[in-house]
Amino acid sequence: MSVTDYESVIGLEVHVELKTPQKLFCGCSTTFGAPPNTQVCPVCLAMPGSLPLLNQECVEFAVRAGLALHCDIAPSSRFDRKNYFYPDLPKAYQVTQNFSPICSGGYVDVATEDGMRRIRINRIHLEEDAGKLIHHEDHSLVDCNRCGVPLIEIVTEPDIRSGEEAVAFLRKLRAIVRYTDVSDGKMNEGSLRCDVNLSVRKKGETLLGKRVEMKNINSFNFVARAIESEFKRQVALIEDGEIIVQETRRFDEKTGLTSALRKKESAADYRYFPDPDLGEVLVDNEMIAKIQSSMPRLSDERKAMYKDAYDLSDYEAERLTADKDLSDFFEAAVKETAHPKTLVSLILTDLAPLFGEDETEAPLSPETLGALADLLGNDVINSNTGRKVLKVLLENDQDPAAYVEENHLAQINDPKVLQPIVDEAVRSNIRAVNDYLKGRTPAMRALMGYIMKKTQGRANPILAEDMLKAAVADADKKSS
Amino acid sequence: MTITDMTIQEMAAALRKGDLSSSEITRAFLQNIEQLEPSVGAYITVTEDDALAMAKTVDQRLKEGYDPGLLAGIPAALKDNIATAGVRTTNASRMLEHFVPAYDAYVVTLLRESGAVFLGKTNMDEFAMGDSSEASAFHATLNPYDTTRVPGGSSGGSAAAVAAGEAVYALGTDTGGSICQPAAYCGLVGMRPTYGLISRRGVTAYASSFDQTGPMTRTVRDNAAVLDAIAVRDPKDGMSSRFAPIPEGGYVGSIETTFGNPVIGYIEEFSNGLDPAVRDAIERALQFYSSEGARLVPLSFPHLQEALAAYYLLTSAEGYSAINRYDGIHYGYRSAEAETVDDIYIRSRSDALGLEVKSRVLLGSYLLSKENYEIYYEKATRIRTLVIQTFNTLFNACDAILAPVTIGPAPLFGAHGDESLNGQYSSDRFTVLAPLAGLPALAFPSGLTEEGLPLGLQLIGPRFSEGRLYMLAAAYEDAHDRLPRPRLFHEMRNGK
Repeated sequence: MSVTDYESVIGLEVHVELKTPQKLFCGCSTTFGAPPNTQVCPVCLAMPGSLPLLNQECVEFAVRAGLALHCDIAPSSRFDRKNYFYPDLPKAYQVTQNFSPICSGGYVDVATEDGMRRIRINRIHLEEDAGKLIHHEDHSLVDCNRCGVPLIEIVTEPDIRSGEEAVAFLRKLRAIVRYTDVSDGKMNEGSLRCDVNLSVRKKGETLLGKRVEMKNINSFNFVARAIESEFKRQVALIEDGEIIVQETRRFDEKTGLTSALRKKESAADYRYFPDPDLGEVLVDNEMIAKIQSSMPRLSDERKAMYKDAYDLSDYEAERLTADKDLSDFFEAAVKETAHPKTLVSLILTDLAPLFGEDETEAPLSPETLGALADLLGNDVINSNTGRKVLKVLLENDQDPAAYVEENHLAQINDPKVLQPIVDEAVRSNIRAVNDYLKGRTPAMRALMGYIMKKTQGRANPILAEDMLKAAVADADKKSS
Repeated sequence: MTITDMTIQEMAAALRKGDLSSSEITRAFLQNIEQLEPSVGAYITVTEDDALAMAKTVDQRLKEGYDPGLLAGIPAALKDNIATAGVRTTNASRMLEHFVPAYDAYVVTLLRESGAVFLGKTNMDEFAMGDSSEASAFHATLNPYDTTRVPGGSSGGSAAAVAAGEAVYALGTDTGGSICQPAAYCGLVGMRPTYGLISRRGVTAYASSFDQTGPMTRTVRDNAAVLDAIAVRDPKDGMSSRFAPIPEGGYVGSIETTFGNPVIGYIEEFSNGLDPAVRDAIERALQFYSSEGARLVPLSFPHLQEALAAYYLLTSAEGYSAINRYDGIHYGYRSAEAETVDDIYIRSRSDALGLEVKSRVLLGSYLLSKENYEIYYEKATRIRTLVIQTFNTLFNACDAILAPVTIGPAPLFGAHGDESLNGQYSSDRFTVLAPLAGLPALAFPSGLTEEGLPLGLQLIGPRFSEGRLYMLAAAYEDAHDRLPRPRLFHEMRNGK
């Protein structure tokens, strides 16, 4: 048997931090990156007598996520206490939904190499985040700013079969939570975190193997690598006739290997029970209808609209909508230009790579990019100059028209201005001219290069080439 | 008349007539505290300076014509599990011996707005877990009527303070009899309000689905006056009821209404194992109500034993979860010897939590474990539902239930054994049913035994029937002599 005879069976638990301005059970701010313990109050510090008060906005966010993921929304769900001791958990219990989650069922359709795959969602529950420990050499400090920040935990069915599929699912999920404005989905800030449950079995088998859990993996790349590494480890063990132990393992980002964290057998008993401080979470049809009607446009809807309105290819529209920020940026910029197709090509070739996994800040203002597209579309500058100007704008956002004018970068479109330069090019490059006349067309590049050099790249390339061809033909006539 | 023997109504009248000032009243109570505390031990913390400053403010206000109502200038005591900003709130635990909250409990805010003068924080069983106040980490509180006996608990300090004349009224908290039982042992009126009537915010949680705060006073009218001040919806307590029907004219006003011919029920199973004096008190009270035109109906309460078991299971489970936050990490006591995180937990909690608390935490932890959750916790919640349904049925047949509070007068120190889980004969079998169903219960004194020990009775009513309970208890009170102050109160006054 070899590795190819086995397959992974993978389920994900994805924690998504909700983007509500306030925490789940108190009025404290959820802003990321504030100085330690400045966004806390008696409630999130679990002072004696403090009581949780459910922030209804968090419920709405969870419902919105549920609807976008095609889930059933429970008309009534409730909170439970998950009891355990940890220094980042001041109450010594986490308020979560163990017995009755707010959303269940649902799915995400994911495009993979093997076509569309449907990954089913088992449930989504609403819960609070814990704080953060900051470790020093001989002591640790607790930062409670994150205590009580609202999370949804999205639990998939074990429908995923590979690291690539897992990443494709996560990308799609991230796009959905961002399109719905439920979360900013930043993995580097921990607002999207992923636990992987993985077991291995021979292809064709239907039973599940012993499950290994890998917790808190914080980038797409690491998810893929952790899955690959754990799959290989388990296959090797099975091949050696050994038994897989159900356990929690940690993925080491440096070595790319997983190592045992704790055995599931001795895992904590969380002593879940309904939280007596919190009543039922009620969601009625009116609330669902309201959320449904205010649901932001998702990627598929935008894609169709772009193709239609701007005459884009399927590929272009797909790329523009893969990331919500990119799509939002496009929508803002396209209002600023009369040349949408020029804008699209600028965005896709030069800007799309800048909208990465965690980057959400647009690298320049949509107005600026729209204006640049106009300069290009109106032949004020050529594409070479366009690229150079863009580089400058990315460094220092400013009015591109003014910059072009100040630096005399406008394209030379006047044949009278170009003619002497074209003539000079022909006169000074006899060899290239002769080569060209002998049918070596690349020689034209040398001639164009001469013109561009003489005009600091400002010559209208199409016009210049036409004129050059005419001049060369003319020279040929004269010499013959 | 002795200042410290006046009712709230009498003080309020004297304050407005200018016969007395709040400062004078407050000084009189501080003097009682100074003289009686060595033999009573009602307080953990006495805030003399604060009290005098508050009294001075009220005097000034009243002079300026600003009158926040009946409670203005009246000195009160607060159980030490009720948070007071800037004043340590220990919960009678080593764990929180030096804990000073930055916030007031909502009931404290409301009392401050009413012009209350706070004398200090009263002793209790640690984290309100216990029924004799012997489980305080600091000292015992003695029953003012007989200092060889317990004042009851867990609000024993509050009860003793009011009984001894060391406060006009006190707030206690109740989970399963912690207001009514000490009220009965100390000859007071104690109200455990309907769950959801009083805000729990700022009151240390023991069992969140049971806990309620309520007044402990010498008279029914005093009690109603305090409830009027604290029965205010709290939008920040998710369990604070939006639908509490507060009577027009307040609870004080509801006392003066007439009820026609009420139907008073009594539970036959309750007469088993009663002290003859209590049985006699019940019979006399029933006769009294009958002579006043009430119809009496005998009732049966099935599954009593199961209900009592459910009470212990649920409160221990909730208590376990509520107490775990005192872990030595964020605030409160931390063992100096601890080296690792686990060490901090284990040593801090071992050192600073008392036996009673530890045993309930252990029990709760056991009950909630995966193997036991269904067998115990879930079954207990079903029994709780059954109890609620049983009460609903009983209140179809009557307006209120008259019941004993305890099987007898206050026990001697040490006579009180371990909390018995053996339902039917446990000492608090009469006081856990109302909290289990979230119902109000009003304890009021029925008189003294031959040995001079107070006995109490209680009226249990449907949800939000506090006004009706006050009216019924006031009728009894009006027809009987007021309980005399304990002997030590008079001895002190005579300078002994």
